[in-house]
Amino acid sequence: MTQPSSGTGDSRPPSPPGGGEPPAVESDSLPARQGEQRISAPVVRRGLFGVHDTPDTSGYGQLQVRKQPPLSSEPPYGGYFDAVAQALGGALEADGLGFSDAIERVVVDRGEITFHVRREHLVAVCNKLLNDPKLRFEIFGGVSGVHYPDDTGRELRAVYHVLSITHNRRIRLEVATPDADRHVPSVTSVYPAANWHERETWDFFGIIFDGHPALTRIEMPDDWPGHPGRKDYPLGGIPVEYRGTKVPPPDERRWYA
Amino acid sequence: MTTHATPGATDADAEAAEGRVYNVAGQDWDEVVGDDTDRAENEQIVVNMGPQHPSTHGVMRLVLTLDGETVTEARVSIGYLHTGIEKNLEYRTWTQGTTFVTRADYLTPLYNEAAYCIGVERLLGIEDKLPERAKIMRVLLLELNRIGSHLGGIGPFGLELGATTIFLQAVRLRENVLDLLELITGLRMNHAFIRPGGVAQDMPAGGLEAVRDFLRKAPRMVHDLRTLIDANPVFIARTRGIAYLDLQACMALGVTGPLLRATGLPWDLRKSQPYLDYETYDFDVPTTDTCDAYGRYLVRIQEIEQSLGLIQQCVDRLAERTMPNDPWLIQDAKIGWPARLSLGPDGLGPSPEHIAHIMGQSMEALIHHFKLVTEGFRVPAGQVYTALEGPKGELGCHVVSDGGTRPYRAHLRDPSFHHLQALAMMVEGGLLADVIPAIASIDPVIGGVDR
Repeated sequence: MTQPSSGTGDSRPPSPPGGGEPPAVESDSLPARQGEQRISAPVVRRGLFGVHDTPDTSGYGQLQVRKQPPLSSEPPYGGYFDAVAQALGGALEADGLGFSDAIERVVVDRGEITFHVRREHLVAVCNKLLNDPKLRFEIFGGVSGVHYPDDTGRELRAVYHVLSITHNRRIRLEVATPDADRHVPSVTSVYPAANWHERETWDFFGIIFDGHPALTRIEMPDDWPGHPGRKDYPLGGIPVEYRGTKVPPPDERRWYA
Repeated sequence: MTTHATPGATDADAEAAEGRVYNVAGQDWDEVVGDDTDRAENEQIVVNMGPQHPSTHGVMRLVLTLDGETVTEARVSIGYLHTGIEKNLEYRTWTQGTTFVTRADYLTPLYNEAAYCIGVERLLGIEDKLPERAKIMRVLLLELNRIGSHLGGIGPFGLELGATTIFLQAVRLRENVLDLLELITGLRMNHAFIRPGGVAQDMPAGGLEAVRDFLRKAPRMVHDLRTLIDANPVFIARTRGIAYLDLQACMALGVTGPLLRATGLPWDLRKSQPYLDYETYDFDVPTTDTCDAYGRYLVRIQEIEQSLGLIQQCVDRLAERTMPNDPWLIQDAKIGWPARLSLGPDGLGPSPEHIAHIMGQSMEALIHHFKLVTEGFRVPAGQVYTALEGPKGELGCHVVSDGGTRPYRAHLRDPSFHHLQALAMMVEGGLLADVIPAIASIDPVIGGVDR
């Protein structure tokens, strides 16, 4: 199994204080004004461009990125988000499934809502989102994989964007899966358009979509080893053959003694 | 010329698995098959189209199963132009990301930039601090780019059906658009002009006059193009009723853009979920109800006319803004790119005033410039999904930040990628010859499909 890439050299700090802190407010975008909480959070990444094995010529080796506390929002969510959450909860209860059984938590951030769905209930949730008259999310907007190697047990995420033309609404679903058991049910039975998007997410992140009709690589060659979108997969990485000579990958080209 | 297929040694395995293999390079089929009596009358033929067929709009491969001339199965194979743009973004600063996304769908570079930059701005929480001038210039550039993209779809459409004149007429108009983009952004493609917080430069001297000049002659050229195509019997014969995809199929497959509007549904994100103040502009959403390749052409050509109207409104608004020092980049020194470009005797370069300021007057300005250009700004952690009405459909950008100076993950939801899934539904059961207008009516650009 693969190792997280960013943990090189730091001793793992204690878990972040407080899970339910509000999201960073606008003025926090300015580095000089960032608050104490950010400074006290554990470091998850150092350096600017992720290079660890060559001498630091950039001068940014000391740069630190700190872990952010997970967000969670409580109702009322505002806008149409409450209507969506209620309709979804009602539709799920009609099937004997509680809202909190299917949805881990809800995050409202920057005017967008994210439902964190437990993976075993993903297809049921999508079914309701598409077919319930109060929801009617007809347009499948794609799957986007994200890899958080430091979030143990929830390393891989599949993020779904769906759009309702009927109600002119847009929501997002996020499904977490551990790296050791990277299975997520396929939603192709509900949204046929998920086909290529799930293949792409498998190709780049290695998430196995159970029930997909033909889960093969789509962008990389069929015999490609590894999943290049993952954080532990280096950029460049392979030497390129060019007329009898080899061009090394970008991160190995220069050496400053 | 060889009159008979020569199954080579490498084909032996394939023959064992798939039956007889013919290597064909332009011969007559009867000559290829010749006296091959093994071939049954109604045997299915599998044909590879591409990866470099002139009408696959780039390096895309189609595997078509044919029964005579009828396509019974169409499989699309992509990935030949994968360049790892999304992965590369994770190794650059937020501002440098623009330079990468612009290369995805190379016919709509400014849309990629806008989708990405609006995402970054939403993450930063500076959407309402965007200068008015930057918004107007973005709309101006996006609509110019829409015309360029649609013409890049319509022109080759004609060429693929064998009509060189359509291609030349479309390219002639497109060239005018590209000249304008070059005048405003400095480049014909891969502009990297829209930046987080605004745009890279102000309108150049004489820019507005050049756009006005374009607006004077463009309607006539669009009219000429329509006169050539709209009622052209050959064009109609090849496109009307071809590549049929109705509203139900569009919904099931998540198809948006001109394909959806050709089914009669006036869904346009500029109207329904406005961004960049599109709600303050006056324009129509053209639709047709034919659900076919001809209807999609009609939608596109009418959108060009609507875009011309939008550009006129942008020019009027820019002309009204006569105040001095009207900013085109956010007035936040921690985010806005510090350097200014100016035109010197040897071309575009850093502005001499800015260099004099940081090198001779202010040490802090130099440090600031250095930090912002090399390290970049931090973006608070979170994720957003921005969607624009691109020329080809909904162009989405999923941007994730972990609080650092580079994107943690950026994903482009390209409409061409999404819509190519619908190709099988359009062409299966139709004729082989109709595959080509079907692809052209989707208007895919493989740079965006493969990214």
